Amino acid sequence: MAETRIRVLVAKPGLDGHDRGAKVIARALRDAGMEVIYSGLHQTPEQIVETAIQEDVDVIGLSILSGAHLTIFPRVKQLLLENNADDIKLIGGGTMPDEDIQFLLEHKQADALFTPGTPSSSIIAWIRQNISASN
Amino acid sequence: MSSFAEWQERYKTQKERKGPFMTVSSMPIEPLYGPENCYRFDYERDLGNPGEYPFTRGIRTNMYRGRLWTMRQFAGFATAKESNERYKFLLSQGQTGLSVAFDMPTIMGYDSDHPRAFGEVGRVGVAIDSLQDMETLFADIPLDKVSTSMTTNAPAAILWSLYIAAAEKQGVPSYKLTGTIQNDILKEYIAQKSWIFPPEPSLRLITDIFAFAKDHVPKWNTISISGYHIREAGSTALQELAFTLADGFAYVEAGIKAGLAVDDFAPRLSFFFNSHMDFFEEIAKYRAARRIWARHMKEKYGAKKEESLLLRFHTQTAGCSLTAQQPENNIVRTAFEALAAVLGGTQSLHTNSMDEVLALPTEKAVQIALRTQQIIACESGVANTVDPLAGSYFVETLTQQMEDGAEEYFRKIEEHGGVLGAIAQNFFQQEIADAAYRYQKEIEMKERIVVGVNEYITDEELAIPLLKIDPRIEMEQVARVKKLRETRDNIRVRHTLDEVRRAAEGTDNLIPKIIEAVKAYATEGEIVAVLKEVFGEYREKAVF
Repeated sequence: MAETRIRVLVAKPGLDGHDRGAKVIARALRDAGMEVIYSGLHQTPEQIVETAIQEDVDVIGLSILSGAHLTIFPRVKQLLLENNADDIKLIGGGTMPDEDIQFLLEHKQADALFTPGTPSSSIIAWIRQNISASN
Repeated sequence: MSSFAEWQERYKTQKERKGPFMTVSSMPIEPLYGPENCYRFDYERDLGNPGEYPFTRGIRTNMYRGRLWTMRQFAGFATAKESNERYKFLLSQGQTGLSVAFDMPTIMGYDSDHPRAFGEVGRVGVAIDSLQDMETLFADIPLDKVSTSMTTNAPAAILWSLYIAAAEKQGVPSYKLTGTIQNDILKEYIAQKSWIFPPEPSLRLITDIFAFAKDHVPKWNTISISGYHIREAGSTALQELAFTLADGFAYVEAGIKAGLAVDDFAPRLSFFFNSHMDFFEEIAKYRAARRIWARHMKEKYGAKKEESLLLRFHTQTAGCSLTAQQPENNIVRTAFEALAAVLGGTQSLHTNSMDEVLALPTEKAVQIALRTQQIIACESGVANTVDPLAGSYFVETLTQQMEDGAEEYFRKIEEHGGVLGAIAQNFFQQEIADAAYRYQKEIEMKERIVVGVNEYITDEELAIPLLKIDPRIEMEQVARVKKLRETRDNIRVRHTLDEVRRAAEGTDNLIPKIIEAVKAYATEGEIVAVLKEVFGEYREKAVF
């Protein structure tokens, strides 16, 4: 019987165009056997959530290097709740000071955040441990 | 003395420590470069004296013996008022040129109160919406005495017009202004990704800038053809070199196609390279760049003026080489990278601050970065003589390998239909993504060591202070631009915007019309919106 693959949306919200990390992670997840959709750049939170629901993903990964993370994560989380899609896990990475990371995690605005230098294997492991692939 | 072959035999009998022995770009390096296995350069053909064709040893006869490189720290955050204070601080600490970093809304052509600007105002650079902000940015900074580089690409024509208008308000005519606008849209499609319009109208804006500068702002560098961002996106040193120069040649061809004589605009083309951790690879890259540019400009494009053959460049040390772990180590990385740029003959240099993996620099961190350059200049002795590494078996071999590799890439790019064709087919983008992925894999498999990240790890908590952007400044800036729209002469604004639209639809030079619009206090966002209506918007087909 075919194994259901974990589906991931890697997204670049806001105006930030730095996509090196997002693309490396997207490829690492694909090489690890996941189905990866890459949103491309300059996405609004609305576009990201719409794509996530349409593509029936298990997890959204946001890459933010513009300092706008305290605005964007809560907005995406809110849209997931409004659309009854908050079973989709929300993770991310980028340029985020520790205290902002703690804030977002404590207030459940993100499920996991990965800082610069994190090996892709850690992200893959987290996804495998925390997501049971949906049909 | 043994022959080289005998030395190689003895070498093989000895224990080698764990490799691989490769550059940052994954290029393998020999254990020894000597007379028998080096590139045999011809001094006159391949090197030349400094200031002489093909300029491998430097673009000026006396290089740093005549004048040191410009110490030009990229800076900008929050609003014009805060950035103005930072510029004054940097100038007081011995910086010799200004460099403006704009926020994402300004970079992408949105005013601070646009819905897409929400949460992004003033975070990665300074928010500039109008001439009012530009005047504040340079308050008490005489624009006839200081040269300013502005990192703006898609809306560069507008930011440049704002600068020219702000200078005019200070009583400084445009022909006295010195500085640079980055204005390199091709590398946006390839690497930095801050585009607005599609390629053709973007090139039209650029050639309009070339033409306007020739007659009105002759001391201005109209473009900073960049490899920095290509490298930051993950390319190798060779890709950085080849893709940047290919872009440069594309701009030369665009200028010629627009009816300009090459010697009328080529002298004001400038370049911008990265300086990454592999010391000798970077030095070879810069030397090869000068030689390749001079050869092509002379032989392919028929440039006659010596100034058209000179590859003048600014360098920034590699942001992507810095670590979030043990950030003080970044001071050391930046120092080595800065030294390579100086030994490579850069005209201008920005050194990164140790905290830039995490935030924009604090005053203390940027002071150390500036002192790094000053210590190189005053204490290390490397600026006492021109191109000290010339003649090194290793360096001359690497330099030639860089040139050969670049020529091969030029052929591949031609096969893809030139730079525009290659962009449309995602050639550059895929090369960069592949190189970035390989680099990451090397780190994760410990084939490549990054100190503090996959070796020599400590558990320490972050102990350095970080710059924070007060979210209130966004509210203040939004209020400021709204108030401006209420208090200015809106009839005049509408008229000037109509003139911009008319010029965009035709072939008249857009710059004079944009200058009139900014002088009427039209905002950047309003001008960009008009241009978007005429030019359309660019959409990428992303690959990873």
